[in-house]
Amino acid sequence: MTKSYSVGIDIGSTTAKIVVLCNNTIVFKKYERHFSQVRKKALELISEAKDYLSRIDFTVAISGSAGIGLAEASGIPFVQEVFATREVIKKIEPDASAVIELGGEDAKIIFYDGTPDERMNGSCAGGTGAFIDQMATLLAVTPDELDELSQHSERLYTIASRCGVFAKTDIQALLNQGAGKADIAASIYRSVVNQTIAGLAQGRKITGKVVFLGGPLYYCKGLRTSFKEALNLDDENVVFPDYALYSVALGAALYSQSCGKQYTYSSLVSSITENIDTVESADRLEGLFTDKDEYFAFIQRHSKATVSFIDISTYSGNAYLGIDCGSTTTKLVLINDNFDIIYQYYGPNKGNPIEIIKEQLIKIYDLASNRIHIKGSTVVGYGEELIKNAFGVDKGIVETLAHYKAAKHFQPEVDFIIDIGGQDMKCFKIKNGAIDGIMLNEACSSGCGSFIETFAHSMGYTAAEFAEKGLHSTAPVNLGSRCTVFMNSSVKQSQKDGATVEDISAGLAISVVKNAIYKVIRASSPEDLGKHIVVQGGTFKSDTVLRAFEKELVREVVRPQIAELMGAYGAALHAMHIKETTLISSEALKDFSHTVSSAQCQLCTNNCRLTINKFPDGRSFISGNQCEKGLGKAKSNSSGINLFEFKRQYLQNIPSVKGSRGRIGLPLALGIYELLPLWHGIFTDLGYEVVLSGMSTRKIYEAGQFTIPSDTICYPAKIMHGHVEILIKKGVDAIFYPCLTYNFAEKDTDNHYNCPIVAYYSELLNANMDDLRYTKFLYPFLNINNKKVLAKGLFDSLSAISPDITLKQIRSAINNGYSKYHEYMDEVKKQGELALAKARADNRRVMILAGRPYHIDLEIGHGIDKLADSLGFAVISEDSIYHLAQKQPVNVLNQWTYHSRLYKAARFAADNPDVELVQLVSFGCGVDAITSDEVSDILTDSGKLYTQIKIDEITNLGAVKIRLRSLLGVLEERGEAANA
Amino acid sequence: MHDKKGYVKFTKQMKSDYVILAPDMLPMHFKLILCVLQNEGYNIELLENNDSSIPETGLRYVHNDTCYPAILVIGQFLEAIKSGKYDPNKTALIMFQTGGGCRASNYISLIRKALAKAGYENIPVISFSLMGLEKHPGWKLSLPLLRKLLYAVFYADLIKLLMNQCIPYEITPGDSVKKSDELMKYLTNGIADRSLISYREIKKNFIYIIKEFASVPLKREKKIKVGIVGEIFVKYSPLANNNLEDFLLREGAEVVLPGFVDFCIYSVYNGIVDNELYGINGFLKPAQKFAFDFLVNKQKDVISLIKEHSDFDPPTPFDQVISLCDGVIGKGVKMGEGWLLTAEMLELNEQNVKNIVCTQPFGCLPNHICGKGMMKPLKESHPDINIVAIDYDASASKVNQENRIKLMLSNARQASGIKAITETDNEEIKNREEALSFG
Repeated sequence: MTKSYSVGIDIGSTTAKIVVLCNNTIVFKKYERHFSQVRKKALELISEAKDYLSRIDFTVAISGSAGIGLAEASGIPFVQEVFATREVIKKIEPDASAVIELGGEDAKIIFYDGTPDERMNGSCAGGTGAFIDQMATLLAVTPDELDELSQHSERLYTIASRCGVFAKTDIQALLNQGAGKADIAASIYRSVVNQTIAGLAQGRKITGKVVFLGGPLYYCKGLRTSFKEALNLDDENVVFPDYALYSVALGAALYSQSCGKQYTYSSLVSSITENIDTVESADRLEGLFTDKDEYFAFIQRHSKATVSFIDISTYSGNAYLGIDCGSTTTKLVLINDNFDIIYQYYGPNKGNPIEIIKEQLIKIYDLASNRIHIKGSTVVGYGEELIKNAFGVDKGIVETLAHYKAAKHFQPEVDFIIDIGGQDMKCFKIKNGAIDGIMLNEACSSGCGSFIETFAHSMGYTAAEFAEKGLHSTAPVNLGSRCTVFMNSSVKQSQKDGATVEDISAGLAISVVKNAIYKVIRASSPEDLGKHIVVQGGTFKSDTVLRAFEKELVREVVRPQIAELMGAYGAALHAMHIKETTLISSEALKDFSHTVSSAQCQLCTNNCRLTINKFPDGRSFISGNQCEKGLGKAKSNSSGINLFEFKRQYLQNIPSVKGSRGRIGLPLALGIYELLPLWHGIFTDLGYEVVLSGMSTRKIYEAGQFTIPSDTICYPAKIMHGHVEILIKKGVDAIFYPCLTYNFAEKDTDNHYNCPIVAYYSELLNANMDDLRYTKFLYPFLNINNKKVLAKGLFDSLSAISPDITLKQIRSAINNGYSKYHEYMDEVKKQGELALAKARADNRRVMILAGRPYHIDLEIGHGIDKLADSLGFAVISEDSIYHLAQKQPVNVLNQWTYHSRLYKAARFAADNPDVELVQLVSFGCGVDAITSDEVSDILTDSGKLYTQIKIDEITNLGAVKIRLRSLLGVLEERGEAANA
Repeated sequence: MHDKKGYVKFTKQMKSDYVILAPDMLPMHFKLILCVLQNEGYNIELLENNDSSIPETGLRYVHNDTCYPAILVIGQFLEAIKSGKYDPNKTALIMFQTGGGCRASNYISLIRKALAKAGYENIPVISFSLMGLEKHPGWKLSLPLLRKLLYAVFYADLIKLLMNQCIPYEITPGDSVKKSDELMKYLTNGIADRSLISYREIKKNFIYIIKEFASVPLKREKKIKVGIVGEIFVKYSPLANNNLEDFLLREGAEVVLPGFVDFCIYSVYNGIVDNELYGINGFLKPAQKFAFDFLVNKQKDVISLIKEHSDFDPPTPFDQVISLCDGVIGKGVKMGEGWLLTAEMLELNEQNVKNIVCTQPFGCLPNHICGKGMMKPLKESHPDINIVAIDYDASASKVNQENRIKLMLSNARQASGIKAITETDNEEIKNREEALSFG
């Protein structure tokens, strides 16, 4: 019998695999990372299989997303990887009902039973192998160690995995709060599992025999366990096969047999080598330097912005300590009265800033012995409160201020500072000696330092080596300027085109820079920035990034020699004002230890998961809280004015009465929020008992998350699914969420639409929520601007559940509904006026927290209103104040009811010196892409600050707090400047 | 600074000495439409610049989270203006504006803001709107002009429809494109005169177009049919969808593209639905009804002419398209492509085109509902339907998009038993080589 040979080559986003089959038996297999050297690695793998292939004819096929280019160039047959997997599993595991495959950057589910179907992750989904690697780097462990850790966890935290960047923010916050690594590791896995189930299965139940494939599932035991638990599968229904790494390559080999094209070892090698030099010239950028002279001039110029260093072992005198506890790194600076640095430290957090700072303080005290007297200490950054509590640091100041102080030291005329750190990008405009505007990166665009670093590691380099390489690139790849997940894909594309590491490094630097300039700063030209620009932060330590920045701006900038220490340096400068320090003594430090435990706050329905850090002297520090209740603190700067709270109470306390017509359920989400009094009034009057789904919680979201078909839709829409689920569980007779193309018409607008999501979400719910089939779901198209038409529409709809209902009854009920609605809206306005008066009497700053009616929801708004309140602002809503505003012409089509209020609220803030506006924007809200620029223009044209907070499923309140505190800091500085 | 209250009007004087630039949205349709407008005395030009830098230029002048079409249109306009090819003091722009609840109604405003940001706030932007959202003295859509424009759309739709059915099967590659070029030239030459006024002439032209394409020699061969639906700009514009049609052709598929006429009728029909559901704009009802019947009847004429004079597959009559979404999605869903998007997928299914690429700009609001939101019921009621949803964006990578489409194509091939093009290609090459060595 003759033996037939076939070869399958699978080149994924991070790894390459080869399989040699002899009569459908694997005789050779190999799995390696390709570090973006796609062609080279393919040839290497083939040459390793030479022993099997050199004397025979065989068929071959390529698969995998990074293999497309190679296949096209070499003419070797190509098979799409999901297709390949599906076919191979059909053969090997004929009774499988589903396959879950996680790869480097792709996640896939294949369904066999029922309607066969395949799902691949969308373009905004990073919860995969590369994601796990990134998270491991963040925790400073290897992927193996991460797996080991995960098996000793005690509790799970919620981590967003929809987007790698969001997850990083969450993990960072957890790390800074002192949460245990084991728990975080397990939570990372669970987030990947949830992402796969929610994002890919989208409501389709995964049952029966499930085959798990791909690298991450092969290597990570903890991930396997997590899947098994989450899917509730028993042992005989889970298959973790030995060939899990090779399924795609196997499928490709099988596929090659059907193509029939025969290869020999040499013809295969030559078909690849002959095409190895075809580098596509498309999408390349200009190199960073034109020649060596330009390079040397650049290096020369940047060696000027220096500080003097004094040897700590000989210095004696006063010293001031600055600590910057950032998201990924910890920085310490000790200075003397002449601003010279006597000690500095820069290092990664390794997930435990407390230990690192403790070590450093011990070291400083040792070196200082009795010669040096630390007179003051200041801390900034994410871990500010934790560190302040742990070590008795004198003061915590907001980062913006620290950076400005430091930058001014190097460039007294500084008018623009940009700081790119590990996770954050911060830009400040400076006018008349005060910070005039702050721009921070939104959670979705933080293509910052840690991203480049993770990338460098994934390609086998240190960050410094990787940056160095970029300087020598002659044709940097063009990677676009969106979020990091997209950059991963773009890198994949460039790998396909044969880009070198040099070009990728330079390309990434250029991306980060463009991201900063055009996305965060939103500048359209370099002139927008300023004349005297100071760049800082760890990311600018990279000469590649620095050069890319100068090149993009066509402007020379100052990078202080201590670019990465500026926050700490600024903090140290600030500490010079302190007379006597409370910093932990060297004796106390020796006994210092701290323990971390967790608890669930029971003080309200949010049930925040709290992390409690206990210190030796009995003090403790609690984090994870959304409000101040759980902290047990008595002293608070709360204004006691919070319109959000008022609205929440008002809406939740509308009394429901038992009715003769049965129970009708209203999901308290999207458009129902504001119109609740209307519908409640109508239905109550008609004799229905109104049942509400209640204020959202994370649990409500989770109850419905598996039926969400579009993973990039806004959170307020996603949460709707849970509300409907709750109502179904409550056993209501019908659920009501009407389609309202038009909202109420209000004055001075071009039209009065709802956004498409608010308007038509019930169509989507009806199409995607199977559970709705057993409950009456009423979603008529209604016109609330015309009582007659509304009555007719409601009559047609309600007749289905109440055949005896009459048009006359409905008409009178509508009158009741209208009066209830106006009562509510008028009350909100009245409360707005009262709040304003009270705030003025109390001499408090007013903050208009402007968004949509549903942003008052505690889960959607994450209690940002409470945070603002606790910072001392009187918090009011846009709908409580817009009626007081002057007429506001706008540059856009003013055609959405909710949104037009934003413009008026902005006008009001612009005209009133004691009123600030902070805009809440839900991630994925397309309409706010239009409103936010307009609102920003209205405010800044009047010299006001514009602050935007992007909110999503997960929001890092720590970052929000920094933002609001920065705002407060700026306002105070401006106030001082005005009074001086 | 830009006047907050108003916008720069396109004056009558400007009509005589300004060049008007139009974005490259539906290349074929716009060529004919612009021709009609040129004959009306407008010096109007279709932008065809397609540098890879367009998205980036767009991103500089408009909020990054704005939909991709706006970014492209703005990028294309600004690159054209900055190219030096046009005198900024003698240039105007034109953009379509539907006035619906979708963000797209704001493109005009966004373009103006971008122009102001780039220092061209004096450039007038004409709103091409059937609803008359803005008034420009130098720009007037008279009824006869509208009629002409409509016929131009009908012509373009027909050419596109037939060309798509020819290209994959032509014996001499390039035949159908050549034919289409000839027809476009023929129509544009004649479009000034009676060819757009007398319906008899128009019908003659329809028949001429059909017969011309019917004369293209084609092979009898089975190919996979792939329908493209989605947001109107990404659906049609190669600039926006990374040359999707070319890609599908290279993969050996026949592209089926539901016509632009449907979108026009849909826009008219929405007015009627608005009246039925909400009782608004009742006074427009007779006009809307008239326009609707007019368009539907003309479409039916085209359909019967295709049937009469060729073997080509005609489009589905619009009234039938409407009924396809009964029980699936409400006709009140009218923002963006609205229910039409769902209906077009069902229409393709009816025409036995089971493979569909549903295109949308990343984060497109209406498509969350009408596209991705309707996949589940469509797949449940039509298990053999093979849909892939693709997001298009300034930075979305082409390789990811193509990889997903390749999966859809693999499934399509398996279902139909047709082999991938690479294999046939190789055979072809081999045959050719053999032929050469014998020759």
